[in-house]
Amino acid sequence: MKIAVCVKAVPDAAAGRRIDPATNRLDRSAELAISDFDTYAVEEALKLKEAGGDGEVVVVSMGPERAMDALRKALAMGADRAVLVTDASLEGGDLLVTSKALAGALESEAPDLVLFGQQSADGGGACLWAAVGERLRRPVVSQVSELTVDGGSLTGKRQTEFGYDTIRAPLPAIVAVSDAINTPRYPSLKGIMGAKKKPQETVSADGGASGTTVAGLNPPPARGESRRIEDDGSAAEQIVEFLAEKRFV
Amino acid sequence: MSVRPSDYPPPFAPSEAVAAPTDPVDERIEVGICIVGGGPAGLAAAIRLGQLMEEDPATAERLGEVPVAVIEKGKAAGSHLLSGAVINPRGLQRLFKDRKRVDEMPFYGPVPGESVLFLTQKRAVRIPTPPTMVNHHNYIASLSRLGRWLAEEAEELGATILPETSAEKLLVDGGRVVGIRTGDRGRGRAGEELSNFEPGSDVAARVTILCEGTQGHLTGAALDRFGLRSENPQVWALGVKEVWKVAKPLREVVHTMGWPLRPGRKYREFGGSFIYPMGDDMVTIGLVVGLDYRDAELSVHDLLQELKTHPRVRRILEGGERVQWGAKTIPEGGFVALPRRFHAPGLLLCGDGVGLVNVPALKGIHYAVESGRLAAEAAWRSLARGASARDALASYDESLRDSFIWSDLREVRNMRQAFGRGFYLGGALASAMTATKGRFPPGNARTERDAEQSLLSTSRASSYPAADGVLTFDKLSSVFASGNRTRDDQPNHIRVQTKVPREVAEMWARMCPAQVYEVGEADGDGTVEVNLAPSNCVQCGAITAKGGRLTPPEGGSGPEYTLT
Amino acid sequence: MAKTLVFLEHHEGQIQKGSLGALAKAASAGDAHGVLVGSGVRSLADGVGTTVWVADDERLAAPLPQPRVDVLAKLVRDEGYDTVLFAQSVLAADVSAGLAARLEAGVNWGLVDFVGEQGRAPQLQDTVVVDVGWSTPVRIGVFRAGALDATALSGSSEVKDAAVELEDFSTSAEMVEQAHAEQQGPSIEDADVIVAGGRGLGEPEKFALAEELAKALGGAVAATRAVVDAGWYPYSAQVGQTGKTVSPKLYVALGISGAIQHKVGMQGSGTIVAINKDPNAPIFEFSDLGVVGDLHEIVPKLTELVRARRS
Repeated sequence: MKIAVCVKAVPDAAAGRRIDPATNRLDRSAELAISDFDTYAVEEALKLKEAGGDGEVVVVSMGPERAMDALRKALAMGADRAVLVTDASLEGGDLLVTSKALAGALESEAPDLVLFGQQSADGGGACLWAAVGERLRRPVVSQVSELTVDGGSLTGKRQTEFGYDTIRAPLPAIVAVSDAINTPRYPSLKGIMGAKKKPQETVSADGGASGTTVAGLNPPPARGESRRIEDDGSAAEQIVEFLAEKRFV
Repeated sequence: MSVRPSDYPPPFAPSEAVAAPTDPVDERIEVGICIVGGGPAGLAAAIRLGQLMEEDPATAERLGEVPVAVIEKGKAAGSHLLSGAVINPRGLQRLFKDRKRVDEMPFYGPVPGESVLFLTQKRAVRIPTPPTMVNHHNYIASLSRLGRWLAEEAEELGATILPETSAEKLLVDGGRVVGIRTGDRGRGRAGEELSNFEPGSDVAARVTILCEGTQGHLTGAALDRFGLRSENPQVWALGVKEVWKVAKPLREVVHTMGWPLRPGRKYREFGGSFIYPMGDDMVTIGLVVGLDYRDAELSVHDLLQELKTHPRVRRILEGGERVQWGAKTIPEGGFVALPRRFHAPGLLLCGDGVGLVNVPALKGIHYAVESGRLAAEAAWRSLARGASARDALASYDESLRDSFIWSDLREVRNMRQAFGRGFYLGGALASAMTATKGRFPPGNARTERDAEQSLLSTSRASSYPAADGVLTFDKLSSVFASGNRTRDDQPNHIRVQTKVPREVAEMWARMCPAQVYEVGEADGDGTVEVNLAPSNCVQCGAITAKGGRLTPPEGGSGPEYTLT
Repeated sequence: MAKTLVFLEHHEGQIQKGSLGALAKAASAGDAHGVLVGSGVRSLADGVGTTVWVADDERLAAPLPQPRVDVLAKLVRDEGYDTVLFAQSVLAADVSAGLAARLEAGVNWGLVDFVGEQGRAPQLQDTVVVDVGWSTPVRIGVFRAGALDATALSGSSEVKDAAVELEDFSTSAEMVEQAHAEQQGPSIEDADVIVAGGRGLGEPEKFALAEELAKALGGAVAATRAVVDAGWYPYSAQVGQTGKTVSPKLYVALGISGAIQHKVGMQGSGTIVAINKDPNAPIFEFSDLGVVGDLHEIVPKLTELVRARRS
């Protein structure tokens, strides 16, 4: 079974994520590392490969050339190959651009299963998997906290606001896994040292045009008047009044 | 009865850090030369080895598939590096020769000018720059940033950098160092194996070079194991610093002495501050205090906050914003505390780990680089056909003694100890030493263990400013500003007795810049419990100087410095 | 003037409040119609107060995203909607992104407001509010949970039938078993209300105070790193830099000092109420209502009053 894992190289948290005032987009000039959420997807792919006995795990990412360093962590964990989709025109691309570029690379790879991590550590809320699944015309299952693959189909436990659904879909399919699904392994020393030797290729792709713009940045609104009271015996009543004002009770 | 932290030694035996190899031969990681520590010493060694490999590929073959491995416990090279820094470029120039010019190195420019100020609470008096501190021809740098750059250079020359990897044990077989063992990852609070537990590995190497920096874990173990310790114990200072974005450029390098440190002999508060420009829009400010201080309420972090309220300092930072914070110890014993030898079978020792620091000049980075370079050359000589490994490694000691490191350190060998006599007498003695280039006073003044200083209680803490979140900051938000995101459920990596007299517990709580220690419940017999929050730890090493013991936590833990 | 289609998500016979909020917002900016997708959902369209398209088909019974993309895409193309709005949910997230790819339409999510041609979206843990726009003929927007008020519309509720033409690949995933969970109480990531306990609670048993208040408010219980370290509460409830990040509508902090390691995990909360006996606790700098007092006295009374109000 061939499993592709789509990962994103994001500015390392410690470097301090910030918006670049020149472009109004996330400043991506800092050190890049694999988004934490994506390591769960890499781990799941490795577990499936180990359970199946053979197969291949390919990490696919869209980013600048220096993102390849970040992809090495996935190789160190045990992935077999890394493919970086890179092109100046893709820089700062939004969901439309990224999904198109990734779908292009994935079509060439033709994997049986494509895994995503559940959230983007920097952009927050981006549902890349749904857009990629649409472009590839394949079934998509997200928020998966348990995944089994049997023959030509998968069964996933999907977590929604209302509890867990059990979904079945035929392969090839796209799955976004939540951080509840596993505990990612630490790369072994051998793994880290061997990562450099594994195949790493860069490909170009056409992402088309972005569909969104960023017009400006604003500081967050002040929290508004902050009230402070000292308890004189009536604090509980005052709190309830406040909550009622805000319609919590 | 006066209380001394050394009366409560930590539950740690140096032999815990030394072991025979245990992994089966086919599971061992084989490397040619194993360098522990991705700082200026370790990376200089890696770079020099890379250059030698280029010049002589035949010998390079002897080192195998992974000729040079650098073991780094931080998230990346640079994550645990912290210094002022004003760097003497000599070490780097000798390392790179004509391959790199100084203007290609990641400096913030040459020192534009300098002044030394003596501070009182409200005033600042400029004093002539002591000759040992003149910084003409030196360059301002962030050591963390320099480390990242050196790592890239080392990798280009063929070194394998292994970040997030701690070196837990020195592997000794038949009286010879044969490599190191890396630390486990994925253990829980009680040491239990978690679902993603990954055991450490034995890394076998022909030569092991320890460049661990201050309070080096394996370095300490090696000094004991091979009987290399000097008669004079090592002593340390704790430096706490911040990096600020500023509204107005600072155009000179500033050092201060005096306030907020007290000159009286009984306090033993030796140190001062540094304020350096980093380009036009950033400034770094730090305070360094010798850990032989006696006041249990002394907190270097809080003294730094107090320092910032001085009108002269406040002006520099006005309108700015703090962007990073960090802390680290500096070995201050100098020449008299150097080990008897810097080598053992299969082993070489470099840098701050063995105390190659010139305290009066506040310089150690160029010595680290030079010692790394010399160690690389000695290790290389041991590979030559027919070479005696023992003689080759011993030649490292000779090369150190012939180097500028030795002559520099010898000249200033008694200065730091002089300040144990108080600021004014110490200052006078220091001047005499400078004027005579170290010939007066003759002999070698002894050092005393920091933890053996008995504790005093004053109401020092009453002068510490309350954190306002703009100019002054509390410890927890400072730990955040170091980039520390250590996983909470790791095993505790700090060894201390957890039932000690109140003054000792209070001293630790104040001493630690990261708020790791907390005075707990009283036990009714004059002692209190000590509660720890080890995931706050930024691995500065102060606890080791003052009665406990820092051991390396899981690889990748601790601060993620980028500008320190 | 915009012509907007709003995805009306529903669960167990009720349209979700967030969807109604998006509808109300859209109505203030132009024509706003809703779309209901499911099986046996026609009756939900009553009283919505505007035109509602109903795609009613047993193939649409399970709340799966891809068939909904088919239905919405066709509606947008056939009826010429230029804006499609959603309220954030697990389902809406997938539908909106799939629809964006289908229509080559730009999508902005995490919106808290919509003004003219732009939306406003807080990003980077709420440290910056970004003005976002669209450069495609059709615009898709997803509103943050709890950002909008579900004020009722007063127009006439016309019901129209939406065509149901589904792609093969959209229907290849099937619901084997749908969640029927009796809610035990929301998980802290999904909860609208969180009551969090810190060291000020004094001892592990006192977490019962937080639990009772949470139950009364219909919320979840969270904990700070300090008390999780001390073993008072499980790690799964930890909020903060090394725990979870939450942004409920209401965050009640009991005995929590508000150190930055905790703050970054909850600073996006809508309303923050803090009770702490230390007047200098940093949490008072970013709470909406700060109460300096003894939580052991205040909280039990508060819980009773809340229960009384809610019943």
